[in-house]
Amino acid sequence: MYTNEEMIASIKKVEANRAANAAYEPVRMTAQEKDDILKTYHPDYIESEFSTLKIGPNKGEKVPHELAALLQANSRIDPSKIDLEHPAYDVDVLVIGGGGAGSSAAIEAHNGGANVMIVTKLRIGDANTMMAEGGIQAADKPNDSPAIHYVDAYGGGHFKAKHELVYKLVNEAPDAIKWLNELGVEFDKTEDGTMVTTHGGGTSRKRMHACKDYSGAEIMRTLRDEVLNRGIPVVDFTAAIEIIKDDEGKAAGAVLMNMETKEIMVARAKTVVIATGGAGRLHYQGFPTSNHYGATADGLVLAYRAGAKLLYADSLQYHPTGAAFPEQIFGALVTEKVRSLGAKLVNVDGEVFMHPLETRDICASGIIRECKARHKGISTGDGEGVWLDTPMIELKNGEGTIEKRIPAMLRMFMEYGIDIRKEPIIVYPTLHYQNGGIDITDDGMSGVENLYVAGEAVGGIHGRNRLMGNSLLDVIVFGRNAGKSVAAKYKEVKLGKLTLDHVNSFAKEMADAGISTDAVSPKLLPDYARKAN
Amino acid sequence: MENMVNVFLMGKKYEVPSNLTIMKAYEYAGYELVRGCGCRNGFCGACATIYRIKGESELHGCLACQTKVMDNMYVATLPFFPLEKKIYNIEEIKPTEQVMMQLYPEIYSCIGCNACTKACTQKLNVMQYIAYAQRGEYAKCADESFDCVMCGVCSSRCPAGISHPQVAMLARRLNGKYIQPKTQHLEDRVKEIYNGDFKAALDDLMAKSDEEMQELYNNREIEK
Repeated sequence: MYTNEEMIASIKKVEANRAANAAYEPVRMTAQEKDDILKTYHPDYIESEFSTLKIGPNKGEKVPHELAALLQANSRIDPSKIDLEHPAYDVDVLVIGGGGAGSSAAIEAHNGGANVMIVTKLRIGDANTMMAEGGIQAADKPNDSPAIHYVDAYGGGHFKAKHELVYKLVNEAPDAIKWLNELGVEFDKTEDGTMVTTHGGGTSRKRMHACKDYSGAEIMRTLRDEVLNRGIPVVDFTAAIEIIKDDEGKAAGAVLMNMETKEIMVARAKTVVIATGGAGRLHYQGFPTSNHYGATADGLVLAYRAGAKLLYADSLQYHPTGAAFPEQIFGALVTEKVRSLGAKLVNVDGEVFMHPLETRDICASGIIRECKARHKGISTGDGEGVWLDTPMIELKNGEGTIEKRIPAMLRMFMEYGIDIRKEPIIVYPTLHYQNGGIDITDDGMSGVENLYVAGEAVGGIHGRNRLMGNSLLDVIVFGRNAGKSVAAKYKEVKLGKLTLDHVNSFAKEMADAGISTDAVSPKLLPDYARKAN
Repeated sequence: MENMVNVFLMGKKYEVPSNLTIMKAYEYAGYELVRGCGCRNGFCGACATIYRIKGESELHGCLACQTKVMDNMYVATLPFFPLEKKIYNIEEIKPTEQVMMQLYPEIYSCIGCNACTKACTQKLNVMQYIAYAQRGEYAKCADESFDCVMCGVCSSRCPAGISHPQVAMLARRLNGKYIQPKTQHLEDRVKEIYNGDFKAALDDLMAKSDEEMQELYNNREIEK
């Protein structure tokens, strides 16, 4: 409920301009304008927020301070105290992470006959996949093609993505949708079976498939159900805290820790898949996040210490529309689908200030500029934001559209007395996605043999900016890809003697570089408990 | 000074700011959460919570991350709830009435008390979707249950021992796979890709310089 007088006065202006704003088609920025706004306003370009890595495979490169502190931190274990001779688990494939990528990898590895196990520090499904609202891209309409999708994704990522990964992403997208549909995922369809598809920021065709605004939840719960039906073991509340290698330097398992009892266990595996997701809970630059509780970049830390190279770890996605009000949902995602359906971005004076469907980095920069440079934001008490004029959706598409297409958004704001069918909402960028991650080849393998990566922990699929709907797609395509790769690979793996020598070497490298810290990593969970005194 | 309220977290009294969610109240009180905390945005069902306001008889279900604290609120967050999930092969089952009878026969023991609906953290009409499941109307069951986050609070209140979220999960998969209309344009596109119809176009793009790609990208036609 809006009770602040300034907000109410501003809403009146938004209402007065609504019909004209809805009809108005804002001009998209030129390539030069985009370049300029990014360099001036995007958080990735604030140099003081980054540190140079002193050790490891990416020595000399810049990453956010918070990530540098974890990449160059102490192990949680003393390798000499770990009994590698008597593993608690012995499998063909160890999947670390129980989100969309991990589950897809496990299902495909299982299809390939592997003895596969999932470990996850929370529960299967406690993942960013579950929270993805807007949809999943695939070029499956007659006016679209994988090549058109390729141009959108590669250009949207500022021409920095790895060609072979984009190729796989777009070319296997329709099959990913088919696979999900055949597992029972309920996509929005018309009566004749045609997929209901919309635009996302930066798409040149309407190829966003959705399951209302629970797209990720619908996909995740279906994958979870399938993992359980297949009897794939899921060891929950158990974190991987170090990769184990064999004496030939190949990945050979992981050291695990029970999150509640702190018991340490060893899992031996012929192949390992890191599917640990993103890093929003590191709160880079103090931003709020739309991510789930466990998004702390653990996989990047594990892989880095094991010797795998990262790619674009300095590139983050700030989702333009995080909730900025009320305070209880600060940072929560307001799906891009709200803009796909016709809501525009409006400033305190009721003016549309940019095209709402520029790519996410441009949109986020535009909102930051509107607030910080032009001072046309709406103050929320804790911060500021701009209006996202949700009632425009029903003006454009008819009454009932919001309840039918974005029920989760309606519910989230209704909890706080804001009816998004009648009132606009205040948004500001929120830390949403880790564009970079662990560098892989197109079979999903990192720089460490038999160590595979899938999902948000991968770098290079999206270049330096990901389009809406290419992340749900990436977790499915690259999750399945990793699963198929390990199913082929494990059969030829002969494990040598297990070792944690790389953990000792990394500690020595730290000492040699003069890094002295109390920090331990992986972080596992953010520290939100208020400390008395 | 912030407006403070008294809440009883797992029965123990804490004074917390009144604008906090239950989840943030735990953290304000000093808890480092491992259980009872997942997405923190109302999608995962990890923070299923039961509460009662002191002096009132009614018991409420909610998600701790989506619900503001209230004065004199007695709160228990469920660390886990044992739902019964039946194992099946989605390729082999069919959307017949019998499949529910075989897998979840307890739904026919529903006594119509509506406790599930009253407890639902998502305000779904749970008893209604169970009724649809009983009648084999899986599309309706799927639709009615669509916003379910599988937190299990409904099942905790059920005298018949029904695992409502699992029943709905089965109905949705049956609906998505067997009942919703097939998508011809998807089938066609997958075949075209399998035939390699787009390989030449993609290979051509892969071979282009970034300057050529920029030219293509900046001048591409955008569907209205």
